[in-house]
Amino acid sequence: MNPAKPSSRADVRADIRDLATPLVHLASEPYYHATGDELAVFEAAARSCLPVMLKGPTGCGKTRFVEHMAWRLQRPLVTVACHDDLTTADLVGRYLIVGDETVWMDGPLVAAVRAGAICYLDEIVEARKDTTVVIHPLTDSRRALPVEKRGEYIEAPPDFMLVISYNPGYQSVLKEMKPSTRQRFVALDFDYPEAEVEARIVAHEGGVDDATAKKLVKLGSLTRKLKGAGLDEGAGTRLLVHAAQLIAVGMAPEIACTAAIARPLADEADTRNALDDLITAVF
Amino acid sequence: MSERKLFAHELEARLDELLLLSLRQRSAEEPAALLEALPRQMQERVLHWAGVAAQTSDDLGWLIVSLAAVKAASLGEDFDDWVRAGLDAYDRSGLAATRKALNDFAEVRRSSEQRSPGSVSFAAIEGRLSRFLHALDGRPLKLVSGKTAWTDTETLWLPERLDLADDAAENRLIYKATAALLWAQTRYGTFNLDPEAELELWPDRGRGLAWFAVVEAMRLEACIALELPGLALDIARLRGPWPPALDAAAEKLARPEATVADSLDCLAELRRVGAGDTPNFPHVGALDPVAARRVRAARITREMAIMRRALNVLRGTGPDGAAADKSDYPPLAAEGETQVVDPQFELLSLPPPAREAAKSLMQDFGEIPPEALHPAGPGAWQPVDGVDTPITASCTTPPDAFYDEWDYRRAAWRHDWCHLYEMEAPPGDHEWVDEVRQRHAHLIRSIRRRFEALRGEDKPQKRQFDGEEIDLDAQVDARADRKSGAAPSPRLFIHRRRVERSLAVMFMVDMSGSTKGWVNDAERESLVLLCEAIEALGDSYAIYGFSGWTRTHCDIYRIKRFGDRYDAGTRSRIAGIEARDYTRMGVAVRHLSGLLARQNTRHKLLVTLSDGRPDDYGDEYRGRYGIEDTRRALLEAREKGIRSYCVTIDRHGADYLPQLYGPAHYSVIDDAKKLPQKIAEIYRKLTG
Ligand SMILES: Nc1ncnc2c1ncn2[C@@H]1O[C@H](COP(=O)(O)OP(=O)(O)OP(=O)(O)O)[C@@H](O)[C@H]1O
Ligand SMILES: [Mg+2]
Repeated sequence: MNPAKPSSRADVRADIRDLATPLVHLASEPYYHATGDELAVFEAAARSCLPVMLKGPTGCGKTRFVEHMAWRLQRPLVTVACHDDLTTADLVGRYLIVGDETVWMDGPLVAAVRAGAICYLDEIVEARKDTTVVIHPLTDSRRALPVEKRGEYIEAPPDFMLVISYNPGYQSVLKEMKPSTRQRFVALDFDYPEAEVEARIVAHEGGVDDATAKKLVKLGSLTRKLKGAGLDEGAGTRLLVHAAQLIAVGMAPEIACTAAIARPLADEADTRNALDDLITAVF
Repeated sequence: MSERKLFAHELEARLDELLLLSLRQRSAEEPAALLEALPRQMQERVLHWAGVAAQTSDDLGWLIVSLAAVKAASLGEDFDDWVRAGLDAYDRSGLAATRKALNDFAEVRRSSEQRSPGSVSFAAIEGRLSRFLHALDGRPLKLVSGKTAWTDTETLWLPERLDLADDAAENRLIYKATAALLWAQTRYGTFNLDPEAELELWPDRGRGLAWFAVVEAMRLEACIALELPGLALDIARLRGPWPPALDAAAEKLARPEATVADSLDCLAELRRVGAGDTPNFPHVGALDPVAARRVRAARITREMAIMRRALNVLRGTGPDGAAADKSDYPPLAAEGETQVVDPQFELLSLPPPAREAAKSLMQDFGEIPPEALHPAGPGAWQPVDGVDTPITASCTTPPDAFYDEWDYRRAAWRHDWCHLYEMEAPPGDHEWVDEVRQRHAHLIRSIRRRFEALRGEDKPQKRQFDGEEIDLDAQVDARADRKSGAAPSPRLFIHRRRVERSLAVMFMVDMSGSTKGWVNDAERESLVLLCEAIEALGDSYAIYGFSGWTRTHCDIYRIKRFGDRYDAGTRSRIAGIEARDYTRMGVAVRHLSGLLARQNTRHKLLVTLSDGRPDDYGDEYRGRYGIEDTRRALLEAREKGIRSYCVTIDRHGADYLPQLYGPAHYSVIDDAKKLPQKIAEIYRKLTG
């Protein structure tokens, strides 16, 4: 933020506007390759005003899918990355002090409700337990959000839709979502796409030819076998796309894969070396 | 990592933490002062190795640190090898030998370098290679060192040390190429045909076998080239050109559809032209088709059984015979009991272990043998022992409780069907526990350390009513609220306190007859380790055993109640856990989850340690009935807010677990001996 003191009220207002939740209107179609009936289920859920939960490992297209659906349904999108310090106020909103005045600032959730947007809460299990409950009244038949501090009760318009994501790879019972939260959502399972589909995605997103994309996907599937044997999780599609992008701008495939896939996956020497061996084996 | 050197006092603090020096009235002041002069990277390496050594023994850690302080600077790049040599000596012959090895390192190294400067040892490459192989397709392979390189299709043997080439990189490549070729033998069917008939025709069987290895190497290299072209290129460069005499063979074997039959044809051709000795290729190991085919045959029998058992469940031809309805299982392509129209389709609906077996069978045959697709029939479900023992329902005392049981065929409850007796477990030999604690002292200590970190002490909690620090964010919010006329929140402080885990765990231990021997030992040892670890965490936990026979005799043994301490009494009851009768699991889950539900904690976890599927004497509990009832009991527990997790020691029969626990809620351990090592890690993952 700008450390200099705002001089006039107009400046202050401008500063505050910068803090407001960005509503993203997607103008062009975000590329998404469907892998099952997720498009139809999501559309039906949207029509029926039901919230949706996306489950799946990291980098398998959940965020991209939501962007795509926002475009398809022509609704604005608000994304919140959840973390363990996320408070209710961070979602709903708070008063800020501006000079001698106080100004109410909508949080992303309220902003999305008012705008009839899709609100995407990424990695919901990371959020504090007391934060998660604010979404309860929004996700049952009430479809409303009470804003206690303002004494306001906002009813959600039909276009408002709540989407959460969650990676079931975590097995900790302490991070498990409460049944009362889970059972409010229509759930969609995401997984790494099948090899051919994934190659098409990598080719498209990374701008590489089919042969290179196939090799990257092969490498990805090899690393996924190391889950639990040196790796917590194999390479997601995202990492493959990253490697492809480096290759597309002229980097040698092996260097690109080491930098974009092997290094982000592992720190431990044996695993790093084994990943390097896999890379040279595939290319 | 920052580049700043650590100061002596920082080094001292970290060493103290790693080696628990203050407990032993030692001071790291002296080594810390010496280490201060080293670059940061070297300092970190010394600390790293000190930690590693301390996992084995504190004294070893101390020895390494005190010598490293003096020698690290001069060792430079050799430092890691120096420590490894020391650790090695310790494992072999104790502390005194370690000191000697560390002091003599330079000389030993000099003399060995004269022998082979770039030589690479198996130990140095094992971790890397085993991960590499693990990632490749096909069934898992074990990697061990031996005299020659060969495989029996489940284990790969590689030489102790390689110094064929001058530099280390090249020797590492030879290791990799050798291992890859052995992997390819198992992956692409080298042992799918019996070569004996051909080998017998050779005047010198050894020579025939050596040529067989060479022609197979040619064929397999072509197979590798299709999947892993980079690896094939490396191998080709390593071996140099094939001898001209093999030109015809090379062409024939490079076709993608070539199989081991083609290799045998080439071998016969070589015999006819009277081939001499084989040229030497660094990456071509030895072949022992007899040993390999023996292992293969045993595996096939095992996997056929798994497949057929899984198909049994799938097609509802379990022990209940025709009574089984198929509604809960995925539809099948063919309902005929013996012929399957579309095996591929059916494979998809198999449970994971059976799918693994199917894949492995495909590897061994190139297809699923039709015999594997016949369900085993009820006979296969008979227990091996105890069938004829007459049962005398010797219980004259009234049961402690009655439980309903779920009958999936009626889709209804059988009321008060199970008679439950709860009793204190008989004590065993408490010296056994001391022995286990001693034997696993290092493991226990490292587990405890890791668990202590889990306690999450000192995690700042924001927005508390009261605390040591002011929460600035909260203060700003409050001020804004006050200004706007809203009531400000009084939660204005940060409190640094241990995060309350609020977790109660119930361990439900299988004491059925089948656990006799290794499994029982592993269960008991694991419980000792768990207790030691959980004591460090402060979670509330209880341990109960279960066994029994028939519905009128379901026994629950109290080993440790929630309120009980982990004291001598508890320890001797753990020691006393023994293999008894059968596994009527549903009623045990119901009873124990009832006890657990009464605990006043936020989270409740039921962990089952068992060696197999639900089972009971004689009646219908074996098979689908028991699985359905147990699943029902677990769902009921879930409704009470209890999470279940099952740790199963079961190499072959874990096909029912996904049905019981859902995909994320169990782990299968194939070897009972590994349970104690793994259990604490599982618990940490589960509750971390
Ligand atoms: N089905 C798909 N169609 C198009 N692109 C995809 C698809 N799956 C993955 N991708 C690519 O992978 C990248 C990562 O996907 P995304 O960011 O949606 O992952 P995510 O599931 O949200 O991961 P995380 O859980 O880490 O947030 C995308 O940017 C996109 O390039
Ligand atoms: Mg995402």
